[in-house]
Amino acid sequence: MTEKQTSLLMRPSRAVGIVGYGAYIPRYRLPAAAIARVWGRSEKAVPIKEKAVPGLDEDTVTMGIEAARNALKRAGIDAALLRAVWTGSESHPYAVKPSSTIIAEAVGAPEHIQAADLEFACKAGTEAMVMAVALVGSSMADYALALGVDTAQGKPGDALEYTAAAGGAAFVIGPADQAAAEILATYSFVTDTPDFWRRAYQHYPEHGQRFTGEPAYFRHVTTAASTLMRESGTKPEDYAYAVFHQPNAKFPRRAARQLGFTDEQIKTGLLSPVIGNTYAGASPVGLTAVLDEALEGDRILMVSYGSGAGSDAIDLRVTARNAERTALAPKTAEYIARRVEIDYATYARYRGKLLRE
Amino acid sequence: MDSAIYVIGIGQTPVGEFWDQSLENLSAQAIRQALADADGVSIDAMYVGNLLASAASGQANLGPKIADNAGLHGIEALTVEAGEASGAAALRMAFFALRSGFVRTALVVGVEKYTDMVGSEMEAILAQSGDYDFEGMQGQMPSGQAGLLMRRYLDQYQPKRAALGVLSILAHANGVHNPNAMYRRAISNETYTSAAMVSDPLNIFDSGPYADGAAALILTADAELAEKRGGAKIVVAAGNTAADALALHDRPDALVFSAVTLSVHKALLEANLEMAQMDLFEVWDAFSIYALLSIEACGLAAHGEGWRWLMEHDLSPGGSLPMVTMGGNKARGFPLGAAGVYQAVEATLQLRGQAGKNQVAGAKHALIQALGGPASTVVTHILSKIA
Repeated sequence: MTEKQTSLLMRPSRAVGIVGYGAYIPRYRLPAAAIARVWGRSEKAVPIKEKAVPGLDEDTVTMGIEAARNALKRAGIDAALLRAVWTGSESHPYAVKPSSTIIAEAVGAPEHIQAADLEFACKAGTEAMVMAVALVGSSMADYALALGVDTAQGKPGDALEYTAAAGGAAFVIGPADQAAAEILATYSFVTDTPDFWRRAYQHYPEHGQRFTGEPAYFRHVTTAASTLMRESGTKPEDYAYAVFHQPNAKFPRRAARQLGFTDEQIKTGLLSPVIGNTYAGASPVGLTAVLDEALEGDRILMVSYGSGAGSDAIDLRVTARNAERTALAPKTAEYIARRVEIDYATYARYRGKLLRE
Repeated sequence: MDSAIYVIGIGQTPVGEFWDQSLENLSAQAIRQALADADGVSIDAMYVGNLLASAASGQANLGPKIADNAGLHGIEALTVEAGEASGAAALRMAFFALRSGFVRTALVVGVEKYTDMVGSEMEAILAQSGDYDFEGMQGQMPSGQAGLLMRRYLDQYQPKRAALGVLSILAHANGVHNPNAMYRRAISNETYTSAAMVSDPLNIFDSGPYADGAAALILTADAELAEKRGGAKIVVAAGNTAADALALHDRPDALVFSAVTLSVHKALLEANLEMAQMDLFEVWDAFSIYALLSIEACGLAAHGEGWRWLMEHDLSPGGSLPMVTMGGNKARGFPLGAAGVYQAVEATLQLRGQAGKNQVAGAKHALIQALGGPASTVVTHILSKIA
């Protein structure tokens, strides 16, 4: 057996990377204190500052289209060259009928594409990325579009209501020699861990409270990250940036600390305090914020987490092309700054929590 | 004189959230430690203290489950339930068995698996130690009940609010040096006073965190076995269980834990000792208000004066009456029906001189007390080191 076969890392046989990336975050913001007020809880002891809320005419598909258009602008390729559109989300508008076909057609992808939706709680977006890496890396295609987008819903009054937010990111994966950031390797760690779920016909998800911490988020995120680093021979200090799945403000900070990353390394990609948990979009949107700032040669570690449960760890290195690509579409920080504060009543209306019949 | 009951083996798992451990796994860890500590004696009977398993884990009949898994085939094995005082009550039953002469060597296991269930289902199970018809039925939780008692105390006696935090802060300071404690970080008065509410005015630092854990004791009535083991000789000098009205509304004064008074006095009488001779008191701090009311009820302070007493006394391991010496339910963690056995294990460590940085110098007599509900059941033991 060769050394390459025994490694746990997944590496494409053809070098690949992110040719273009794009984010989208809706403009409405609901402060966590406004939620606490409605439920009679402490306005200070809230998990984030505020979360992004989609407007009445926004859903996973519309936000995916926005993010994909930004990614294509940065990639500078004709959408007709795409050979796959894969959308990871837990809030696909249809239970049966793909989001990916709507997004593909809206952005001008050709009819000869692979298209399917993915669901793996908050990890579906990075799973789409790994699939795209495989498709391009095997030379079956030159370009594939991977998205992670969500309009997450938390049950009114549940702890998740503070953080369940909307947003997403899209990535055009292509050959490394055209990439803004090369994808060096990936590693995924997946177990049957029932920490969060939503059964068919249920409107809101349920979760295992404290079970969502140590045995779920922390075990998977830290195992995926440390295994990828061990197998790659890297250490936390080798990375200019790290992006972790961010269900709140506390978990990613603690995971980073456990792994030996500094606050400085994670702050650029840590957006949950100001936009909430965008689920399948969370670590992908964090990565877009990092790419907006990263310089040539910067190494980035990205680790998603999806309940149920698993983590994808992705090792990236920024190329000289990134700086010019960044300028071709709105930065993630611009979407965050484009902020319209709403109150709980408006939020309840926008999110369909008021039944009129 | 009746034969002495010797503690010849102790064991304990860390207290915490062990999602991937079962009741019998946790128990086996504690039992193995205790058996090793007791030089591998053979066990005649096992008494398991547990509160939640039949509801939270769907598992009654813990005797064979735990005995078989620990390789203790054919012994007497059964469960004792007395609310949160189940572990202490199991020790009481072992004491009876040994004193009667029917059993030569007994194993007491306190085990709790809190993390088998979450959410409102678990909350309903926790309410079982109260009066279901009048309390649980109405949604009254242990923390809600403690909150009501605390509110009543604050209104009636106007104590300094910070007095309720004295034991919690001490528990956390002591937990730092207990390798089995769930919380090993000291907290400040500021942390205590600004903590989030559980059941106003009861905050999270007024409440022992529910957790998983198992602790084990091996006891014998055979002086030769105790002699053979060597080391300090620790005996259960006295024990007592007292029952009050189950529900607070059936008591003449909700702020008087009269079963605590009764239980402590009877235990002291049996051991022929005075309160002043106790070198440490593992008071029941499932809720800070319970510890305060217990301190008053056992005569250390007059009713309504316990808060002042708490502020005026040094209760640290080097103080006048050390309490919660290994972190108590607050910082060691509160594994419900197992907690009473943890207290006995910790008291044994103190009496043996094995309590590390939390050692109470020259400890000879340890008073330990467990409450089921708001002192509805009170189990008191005195452990002593004998020459």
